[in-house]
Amino acid sequence: MKPRFAIHLALAMFALSLVAMPLFTITARAADKIDPEADKKAFQKFFMEKFPKLKPEDFVNGPYSMNEDLHKQWEEKEQFPPYEFSLEAGKEMFSRPFKNGKSYADCFPNQGIGIRQNYPYFDEKEGKVITLELALNRCREANGEAPFSYVKDEMAALTAYMAFTSRGKPFDIKIPNDPRALEAYQKGKEYFYTRRGQLNFSCATCHVQSPGERIRAEVLAPALGILNAMPIYRSEWSGMGTTSRRFTTCNSQIRGVPLTPQDDEYRNLEYYLSYVSNGMPISGPGARP
Amino acid sequence: MASTIRVRATANGDITEVQALIQHPMDSGFVKDAKGELIPPHFIQELTFEHNGKPVFVADWGAAVSKDPYVKFAFKGGKKGDDLKISWVDNKGATDTTTAKIQ
Amino acid sequence: MSIVKPLLVSMLLIASPALAASEADFKAAYAAAEAANKEAGSLRNQWTTTATTLAAAKKAADSGDFETAVAQAKEAEALAKASIYQATSEKERWKDMEIR
Repeated sequence: MKPRFAIHLALAMFALSLVAMPLFTITARAADKIDPEADKKAFQKFFMEKFPKLKPEDFVNGPYSMNEDLHKQWEEKEQFPPYEFSLEAGKEMFSRPFKNGKSYADCFPNQGIGIRQNYPYFDEKEGKVITLELALNRCREANGEAPFSYVKDEMAALTAYMAFTSRGKPFDIKIPNDPRALEAYQKGKEYFYTRRGQLNFSCATCHVQSPGERIRAEVLAPALGILNAMPIYRSEWSGMGTTSRRFTTCNSQIRGVPLTPQDDEYRNLEYYLSYVSNGMPISGPGARP
Repeated sequence: MASTIRVRATANGDITEVQALIQHPMDSGFVKDAKGELIPPHFIQELTFEHNGKPVFVADWGAAVSKDPYVKFAFKGGKKGDDLKISWVDNKGATDTTTAKIQ
Repeated sequence: MSIVKPLLVSMLLIASPALAASEADFKAAYAAAEAANKEAGSLRNQWTTTATTLAAAKKAADSGDFETAVAQAKEAEALAKASIYQATSEKERWKDMEIR
C-alpha cells in the first residue's frame, strides 16, 4: 500500500510540474515574423537534401525526376509532346486581334513574350495577387471579349504559349515590402500546409512528405518546382489543364469541395508556391501521367 | 486545314525509326458528357504507313486507343530522302493523309 | 405466456413514436445538417461527402423513407461538424507540417 501511494504521489507532482511549466515554445511560434526569403531557403534545402542526386533544374519535371522508368518514357514523348496541338493553338490565338483591333500583346509587358516567370505578382494598387490566368481574362474583358474558363481549353492554350516563350527562364517572383503582399504570401503558405477534405490531406502531405512515393498508381511530384511545367497535358485528363484545374481537382480528390478558380486562396497559394521555387527554370507547357 | 498528322522519320543505317502524333478525339462511345448523354464513338479504325508504296505498318484500332494517339515503330529498308506516306480512316469515314521525307 | 410477451412487445413498438421517424424529424435533422455545412462553407472547408450525404437524405425523404432520411441527415451533420473542427484546428496545426 505505502509504496504504491508514494509512486502515485510522485507521478501527480510530476504532472503538476509539467502543467506549471511556461508554454514557452508555443507562444514563440505564434509570434514568427513573415520571412519569405528564409522560407524559400529552407524549402529548397529540404528538397535538395532529400534528393541529393538531382540537379536543381530536375525538380521542375516532377514525377519524371522521381522514377527512372517514367523518365525514359517521358524523354521519348518529349520528342513528340502531347501538348503540341494546344501550344500551336495558343500561339495562333495569342496573335489574333480582338474585335476592337487590340491584342493580348497590348495588355502585357514586352508584348507578352518571355514574361511568364514573373507571374504571379502582387498588384499594390489593387492589394491582391495577380496570376497569369487572371491577367489574361482581365485583358479579354478590358477589350470587350468574354472571359475563358480558367481550367482548360483556350486558357490552357494561351498559357501554354506564354510559358513556352519563357522556357528556361528562372522563376522570378517578387514580394514587395508591403504588409498586404507579405500577408498574401503567408496565407498562401498556410493554405499549402493546411489539411482539408475528408481525407485530411494538405498539399504538403503528398508533395512534401511523400514525393517519389506512390499514391495509388501515381508517382508524387516534389513541391519544389511543381508549377514550373504548367499548363500541362495530363494523360489522366486526356487533355490540357491549367494551374486552376490542378488546384481544384486536387481539392476534390481529397474530398474537399473546391473553391472557385482564381479565388483569393488559390491566387495566394500560387504566389507562395511560385516564390519558393524562385530560381527554378520554367519548363511549361508540360506533360504528366 | 492543317494536317492532323505530325510525323518524324529518321534513318539510322538500315533501320528507320518513325514517330507520329495524330490529332483525333478517339471517342470510345462509352463516355458521357456533362449532360449525362453518351458521346458517340468517333475513332480511327485504320492507320497505314507506306514506304515506296508498300505498307510497313498497319494498325486496326478500336475504342481502346486514347485521344491524340502517339505511335512509334521502326522498319528496315528505308533510307534518307525516301517518302513515307501516312493515312488514316475513322469510323465516320473521315480520312487524312500526309507524306514526310525520311531524314 | 409465450404469446403475451411478444404481443406486449409489439404493442410497445407500435405505441412508441420515437422509433418511427416523421417528416418533421427529417426537416429538423436536415436543417441542422445544412446549417453546419453552411458554417463549414464560411470557413472555406466543405467536404464533398457532406454534399452527397445531404443529397441522399433528401432523396430518401422525397420517396417517403424518413427513417433513412433522418439517418443520412444526421450523418451529414456529423460530417459537416467534422469539417468545421478540421478547419478550426488546422488554423494552428498547419504549422506542424511546415518546412522550417
